[in-house]
Amino acid sequence: MSAVADKAAEFNKLGVQVLSCSTDSRFVHKIWQEQELSKMVDGGFPFPMLSDAGGKIGAVYGVYDEGAGVDVRGRFIIDPDGIVQAIEMLTPPVGRKVAESIRQLQAFQHVRKTKGAEVCPAGWEPGSPTLKVGPELAGKVWEVWKPTE
Amino acid sequence: MSEEKVQGCVGSAAGPVGQRLVTGVEQVSEAREEMKMHAMVGKEAPDFEASAFHEGGFSNIKLSDYRGKWVFLCFYPGDFTFV
Repeated sequence: MSAVADKAAEFNKLGVQVLSCSTDSRFVHKIWQEQELSKMVDGGFPFPMLSDAGGKIGAVYGVYDEGAGVDVRGRFIIDPDGIVQAIEMLTPPVGRKVAESIRQLQAFQHVRKTKGAEVCPAGWEPGSPTLKVGPELAGKVWEVWKPTE
Repeated sequence: MSEEKVQGCVGSAAGPVGQRLVTGVEQVSEAREEMKMHAMVGKEAPDFEASAFHEGGFSNIKLSDYRGKWVFLCFYPGDFTFV
């Protein structure tokens, strides 16, 4: 979560509301914030830290591990209409790359801005070309985009 | 965004919204149907209410309070874990 906190300014700039969620109580969240997160990142974790005691929310999101009694690493990008646009799930020993999440957010925001007229090909970064969806593009993607670019 | 109220030692929050207390046979199957609801890309994110720690205080937060904004929801195994 400190890696997410470290990118707080970028999330804020994109108008994205970050929420973290684990099975810990809000009291534990408070102490974690005070004792550790605030020492890792200036200001600590500046977003709401949610408590999913009992894992009911995690169960509905498909991330609750009943045996361990914890929510595994699951990350959901939800658009302004409340639709899930992206999911990433990892087992506990490997952490996320937050920059990739931000790239995906920027890509989904771009697609939304164009009302779906433009789509973002593999590896898209802000500023790189998008694809204009339409029948004329069928079979001709190779003319405008290559995976090595 | 969040509901301010007196926060005692034990805070209750609704959890997944839409699930009801099971009191009768008909409701058992209904509740089971609701439990099957999983988050899927392209589908509406299941709403929930959770108690939260934010900016030094405790409050209850509902996912649907953020309708109109992009939301980045991160689950993780636990506070004080290593990764």
